[in-house]
Amino acid sequence: MSVLEVTDIRLAFEGVIAVDGVSFEVGESELFAIIGPNGAGKTSIFNVLSGVYRPQQGTVRFNGEDLIGMRPHRIAARGMSRTFQNIELFSHLTVVENLMLGRHNHMRYGALSAFLWLGKARGEELKNRTAVEDVIDFLELEQWRRYPVGLLPYGVQKRVELGRALAMEPRLLLLDEPVAGMNVEETEDMARFILDVREELNIPMIMVEHDMGLVMDLADRVMVMDFGRPIRTGTPAEVQADPDVVRAYLGEQHRSVTT
Amino acid sequence: MKGRPELYTSYAQDMAFLNTRPKRVSVSALVVLALLIPFLITDDLLQLLATGFVAAIGAIGLNIVTGYAGQVSLGHAFFLAIGAYTGAALSGSETGRVIGFGITSLPIWLLASGLVAAFFGVLVAPVAVRLRGLYLAIVTLGLVFLGEHVFREWTSLTGGPGVGRPAAIPELFGVRLDRDNAVFTAAQQLYLVMFVLLVIFGVLARNLVRSRVGRAFAAVRDRDLAASVIGVDLTKYKVLAFAVSSFYAGVAGALLFVVNGFFDPGSFNLLLSVQYIAMVLIGGAGTISGAIMGALFITLLPRITRELPAVLPFISGDATGAITVFQLEAVLYGVLIIVFLIVEPRGLFGIWVRVRNYWRTWPFSY
Repeated sequence: MSVLEVTDIRLAFEGVIAVDGVSFEVGESELFAIIGPNGAGKTSIFNVLSGVYRPQQGTVRFNGEDLIGMRPHRIAARGMSRTFQNIELFSHLTVVENLMLGRHNHMRYGALSAFLWLGKARGEELKNRTAVEDVIDFLELEQWRRYPVGLLPYGVQKRVELGRALAMEPRLLLLDEPVAGMNVEETEDMARFILDVREELNIPMIMVEHDMGLVMDLADRVMVMDFGRPIRTGTPAEVQADPDVVRAYLGEQHRSVTT
Repeated sequence: MKGRPELYTSYAQDMAFLNTRPKRVSVSALVVLALLIPFLITDDLLQLLATGFVAAIGAIGLNIVTGYAGQVSLGHAFFLAIGAYTGAALSGSETGRVIGFGITSLPIWLLASGLVAAFFGVLVAPVAVRLRGLYLAIVTLGLVFLGEHVFREWTSLTGGPGVGRPAAIPELFGVRLDRDNAVFTAAQQLYLVMFVLLVIFGVLARNLVRSRVGRAFAAVRDRDLAASVIGVDLTKYKVLAFAVSSFYAGVAGALLFVVNGFFDPGSFNLLLSVQYIAMVLIGGAGTISGAIMGALFITLLPRITRELPAVLPFISGDATGAITVFQLEAVLYGVLIIVFLIVEPRGLFGIWVRVRNYWRTWPFSY
């Protein structure tokens, strides 16, 4: 059974068509990658999935439930979590506080019990702090725990953002360019964490990424887009061999290197 | 863990209200000092400090909506006014010149003032959901002018401009706090009550901001897009921030004139809002202790400027002369805000952090 079914999405801003007739499915514990040139509509698809944009046409079914028209925080509560291309962390808060925010929906107490910080509020905070420490352990963030994230190096911030998404205990994880701007070492670290997420936590993922080496190594299936339209969806090997894909995105030279 | 005070062995210790020994020691020392002060200084200074404590409650409220939730509000004077008139009307004499219901028990009218102000905060909040930054500041500024007009015209409640009405009557367990009795003077009693109230409201606010709710406020302030994508309901938390902030403003407003005993509808003008903004910015936006420091600083400032004519003869102590102390005060609010924003944006709290960090590593620089 597929976790996510996207059918015939069309999203336009005034005259500009960002996404046109995109359909795909993501299966359980699958790593699905979306690639394409800049402006192909990859991030727009993420914004449709997480409820930031509302498409003019098409359906999104997440674990059997229709998401179109639902507000972002409700979609988040159903287990969709994401990272952003340009880091969107709460820069004045510490790593622990950012991760605790990822667990916002795992706590139920309201403002009145928060004022008193007794019983329910205290208990939930402690329980969720323990869960946050598991994520810190998983992503090896121990040494940065108490730092405001604005002060951390770029690669670590990317990791904290992944951590915040993981702290939500998602049922589907959207990764928007997880290794953009990273050096080789940081990229390898991130690849290792992504594999860990898949193997240990068994969370299905959709990844948008320009690093072809990473995409072709990690992804189960790849969708290639150009000008808002899907050109080809298939396994990495199939996609690399497709002449349309080579023309639109990969380039002749890349094919000769990778094949 | 003897000898290793900063080693935590449980998350409960790490997340405690005062989680280090220096914090516990210094806070206890401050509380003891504050409780001894009424027996050491004169009544007029005690009255000033009591007013400062009340202002601190109001500043904490403004800090919750502006410092934590990032919604700039210039309308604090309006919510202070709502609290002040609710408290005064509830506790006022039933037979007097202005509206009064004769409920003099302090906890009752205090809670009611907070709740009525919070109600108005919730009414205004939907605007905040749609606007941000400068636009929100202008809309909340409009509230102050609306309030000024209503309170000027509604003379059966406010007594009218230039006349005013008696402030709320503080009575606790049958004891009138604004009158001398066998044990304490009025100033000592009011000082102690205001101090206890500040401690209560300060602790409650600190609990709120370190909780799930406070983190959601900060998330809305720092990145509202990311906040909604991780599951924070933006509308709910903006409304909540306004409600809590107005509740604090209502409580502070009801208490603000108890020390003087009388107030005029003209008090709730733009300058009052600016003073509270100054308290938050000078004290340190986004910290509870900063709001308290800022409020005490701004409340004590007029007292200091009033001493200036004795030192600097070109400043005049009354309304005549080239530079009067009143002009100087108004200028100082502006200058201090500018200086703090440029030199130390984290305010007095930031200065304290720097001093603390210097001595923590002393005599080494790093």
